Amino acid sequence: MTIHELTIHQLHDLLAKKEVTAREVTEALYNRIRVVEGQVQAYLMLTEEEAYRQADAVDQKIRRGEAIGELEGIPIGLKDILCTEGIQTTCGSKILKGYIPFYDATVIKKLKEKGTIFLGKLNMDEFAMGSSTENSGFQITRNPWDLKCIPGGSSGGSAAAVAADECIAAVGTDTGGSIRQPASCCGVVGLKPTYGRVSRYGLIAFASSLDQVGPITKDVEDCAILLGGISGFDPMDSTSVNIEVPDYKSFLIKNIKGIRIGIPKEYFIEGMDEDVEKSVQGAIDLLSQSGAEIRSISLPHTPYAVAVYYILCTAEASSNLARYDGVKYGFRSNHYDDLLEMYSRTRAEGFGKEVKRRIILGTYVLSAGYYDAYYRKASQVRTLMREDFRKAFEEVEVIVTPTAPTPAFQIGEKVEDPLQMYLSDILTIPVNLAGIPALSLPCGFSRKGLPIGLQIMGKHFDEGTVLRVAYTFEQSTDYHLKKPPIT
Amino acid sequence: MKMDIEKVARLARINLSEEEKKTFGNQLEQILLHMEQLNRLDTSGVEPTSHAIPVVNVFREDEVRSSTPREKILNTSPAQEEGHFKVPRIIE
Amino acid sequence: MEYEPVIGLEVHAQLLTCSKIFCGCSTTFGEEPNTQTCPVCTGQPGSLPVLNRKAVEFAIKIGLATHCRITSYSVFARKNYFYPDLPKGYQISMYEYPLAEDGFIEITIQGMKKRIGIIRIHMEEDAGKLKHGETPETARFSYVDFNRTGVPLVEIVSGPDLRSPQEAGEYLRRLRAILQYLEVCTGDMEKGTFRCDANVSVRPKGETQFGTRTELKNMNSFRHVEKALEYEIKRQIRVLEEGEAIIQETRLWDASQNITLSMRGKEEAHDYRYFPDPDLVPLKVGEDWIEEIRQSLPELPDRKKERFIQEYRLPEYDAEILTSTKAMANYFESCVRLFPDPKTVSNWMMGDLLRELKKDEREVDQCPVTPQHLAGMLSMMKDGTISGKLAKDVFEEMYRTGDLPEKIVQEKGWIQILDTGEIEGAIKKVIQANPKLVEDYQRGKEKVFGFLVGEVMKQTKGKANPKLVNELLRKKLKG
Repeated sequence: MTIHELTIHQLHDLLAKKEVTAREVTEALYNRIRVVEGQVQAYLMLTEEEAYRQADAVDQKIRRGEAIGELEGIPIGLKDILCTEGIQTTCGSKILKGYIPFYDATVIKKLKEKGTIFLGKLNMDEFAMGSSTENSGFQITRNPWDLKCIPGGSSGGSAAAVAADECIAAVGTDTGGSIRQPASCCGVVGLKPTYGRVSRYGLIAFASSLDQVGPITKDVEDCAILLGGISGFDPMDSTSVNIEVPDYKSFLIKNIKGIRIGIPKEYFIEGMDEDVEKSVQGAIDLLSQSGAEIRSISLPHTPYAVAVYYILCTAEASSNLARYDGVKYGFRSNHYDDLLEMYSRTRAEGFGKEVKRRIILGTYVLSAGYYDAYYRKASQVRTLMREDFRKAFEEVEVIVTPTAPTPAFQIGEKVEDPLQMYLSDILTIPVNLAGIPALSLPCGFSRKGLPIGLQIMGKHFDEGTVLRVAYTFEQSTDYHLKKPPIT
Repeated sequence: MKMDIEKVARLARINLSEEEKKTFGNQLEQILLHMEQLNRLDTSGVEPTSHAIPVVNVFREDEVRSSTPREKILNTSPAQEEGHFKVPRIIE
Repeated sequence: MEYEPVIGLEVHAQLLTCSKIFCGCSTTFGEEPNTQTCPVCTGQPGSLPVLNRKAVEFAIKIGLATHCRITSYSVFARKNYFYPDLPKGYQISMYEYPLAEDGFIEITIQGMKKRIGIIRIHMEEDAGKLKHGETPETARFSYVDFNRTGVPLVEIVSGPDLRSPQEAGEYLRRLRAILQYLEVCTGDMEKGTFRCDANVSVRPKGETQFGTRTELKNMNSFRHVEKALEYEIKRQIRVLEEGEAIIQETRLWDASQNITLSMRGKEEAHDYRYFPDPDLVPLKVGEDWIEEIRQSLPELPDRKKERFIQEYRLPEYDAEILTSTKAMANYFESCVRLFPDPKTVSNWMMGDLLRELKKDEREVDQCPVTPQHLAGMLSMMKDGTISGKLAKDVFEEMYRTGDLPEKIVQEKGWIQILDTGEIEGAIKKVIQANPKLVEDYQRGKEKVFGFLVGEVMKQTKGKANPKLVNELLRKKLKG
């Protein structure tokens, strides 16, 4: 097996045993990137110089005979939504082109302290708004399993890079499915942690009450390792929760006997792809055979999720994105005579279509006379959806569903129909509205050879049980070992 | 509900082309139509969820921490002069 | 027709915390532009606010001191609008759920007490400062400084209970005194740590409905508030009497012309699109915390006034003025500690001291005559070192130079002559120069005695101790 195909835990063993150096690993990854990046286009920027500096520091430490941590010397990729000091951070938007933050996101700080190596910044839908990465202000990332297809989004660059072995793992963010759906499309593992589990400080906000940072990895064990590396309370984030971070690896046991798994009937919707349904059903059967108790449950407010989500996330986004006004950073239009024009042209020229559409929608749902009908109403239905989950989790420990109604669709297929694009998020959105953790892992392939993802949702702060179920499933299958046909 | 897209775009400080006004207008109308299904639900007496987690009273202590050096703050700006961010004159 | 004005005030007070409301930047005033900023208060992408506990405590103090109910649940909300001094494109404020509600402040107007309602108190962050280019090259630009961005503010909204500019002025002074007593705000209108906007309307006397109101802004002193209200009330009455309607609008006070000017056309319709800020969690102020803060409240103006009446036996009028600011009350009490004759101290403070301060528009804590100075002077007066008449000159001199009274009296040679020999010499001269009057006196014409005393004082340039002069002259004349 070549170095770039390895997982975090495999590489860690090699590094610790001095069978390979961090510099060699880093070189192997950049070589791989040079080979496939022209086809995948996952990266917006490579940070080679800094990566080798980080690698050499780890190698020195190993040479000194010091023990290294599990993430030390592991080259990963970062979704370009996380602020990195001294390194351009664009959030996939032209409006932030050339913006070099002067501070690190807390997640970045944590990973730096752990000696993780950053290969570069990964492509995404502009401001994380999208499900296909086609809304990037810079380039279209392709699905390594089929270059005509989207890699999912918004963390499409991250999932594609992991799938194409252009990094060992990646950090993404998930507001309505932006980690899980691309993980599903690209056949890798992605976890959206409980809201408050990982600091949002330095994560460029799309919808603050829904955004969460999480790992995208090649297998469940790596997911547990990387989750442990980024989790924890942060005094800089009022919404991060001060609950002890468990050793997530301790949940990696291949045993789910007696675990109650809920299957919500509302998630098997009309228009669901046949292959998806079949694979997920097969996965449920396997879980059942592994000793889990399968129960049919109901999450009755699921059909309202898309409406609730697109009211709340656009409302928050319209406010979060007001700061891009051409005054303090980023792009400023050249075509203005006064302040008002400077604002409206800067924002017209700097933002892409989808971002503009969502800002307009969000501005509208908050505006005088409409607030109660839209924003308040949606916030109330959000309460009902959380209640659905609360009740369900009185009966079951985890909930299993498909991650997306279809495998990856073709590039350009849904660009002109935003509502259809929004509706395809229905299976991932409820998790963010409820703030619970959920993971997607490969559970099969379509007849066209595209990966299909299984979603496992857990109770607040119970990532452990989610990982345990995922690990048991993964260890009983070999989907995670399949590699895309890209060379 | 019909959206006055020009008014909303002005409020959002986004200059839209005629083309965009038309396509966005149509798309948003469809989306809003979809959202109207929420009206089917009776939510009287339901507390809105506006915060993702049921946590209250998170504070920092009143301690001064060193500020960012001014060059760093200003260097990211498209227009700066003599320690200030520079903008077109605001008419008063 | 007789009209009655209806006034409500919105006061913004900067809280005296060391650091800003949502980040650790210093709140010090007057530093170099943009040197007290960080990712949070310049609205860098990804930055998040964390609430300053002290700012909440200060706001609760204000709520308690103005008899408000501290709400059990308050929520920070975003007020969305675009302006270059607002780095995030929204101001974090409170909207639907403020921190405190439903209180009052008592003011005294023409000897009558009146309660002015406080509708609500909420917390928010201050905006930055804009400077407009002044040279031909820079005239097309404005310049933004974010040092002030994120300094904690409370907004205190009064009920529409004020019925004259004088009442508005009284309310403001009272409110400022409370904030200063609490040591949560410097209360400086000129420096902008205490700002006031006014809502004003007029209605025919006896009418119960409110008229259309205008909002007045840009008033940078107590005097401006009163003058702007006076002007605006007259203007509104004039408009109504001409049969026109008042337009609901914002008007700016122009202090150079003493008029209010419409902002019409320059101000677009606002739609702030308030919604709860998802980056901050709600506040739940429990009874324990409120009680703890209540215990820590200092003596407030009303209580202090009662104590001054009781403890120092001062008339209510004196006590009212001496407790009108914390600085005044402190001055008085320091002085009384050094010179324990409260009424005399009070008389001097309310007379000479306040007159001089008013002339210079100074506050008592900027007075060159400290309590030590005043007490020293009063002691010299009491022990006869200087006469009451000279004391006035000494006071003026202290105020002018800031010198101690002992030094002034010494240098000016204003010490009373207590030396009997010297006084007797002067008496001798006066007797010699006025033989006729001396004779008159000795024949029983008591009236001339006063004149002779005056002559002796003249001889000594007013420095002779009058009591000694009396004694010695009488003795001499009796032979």
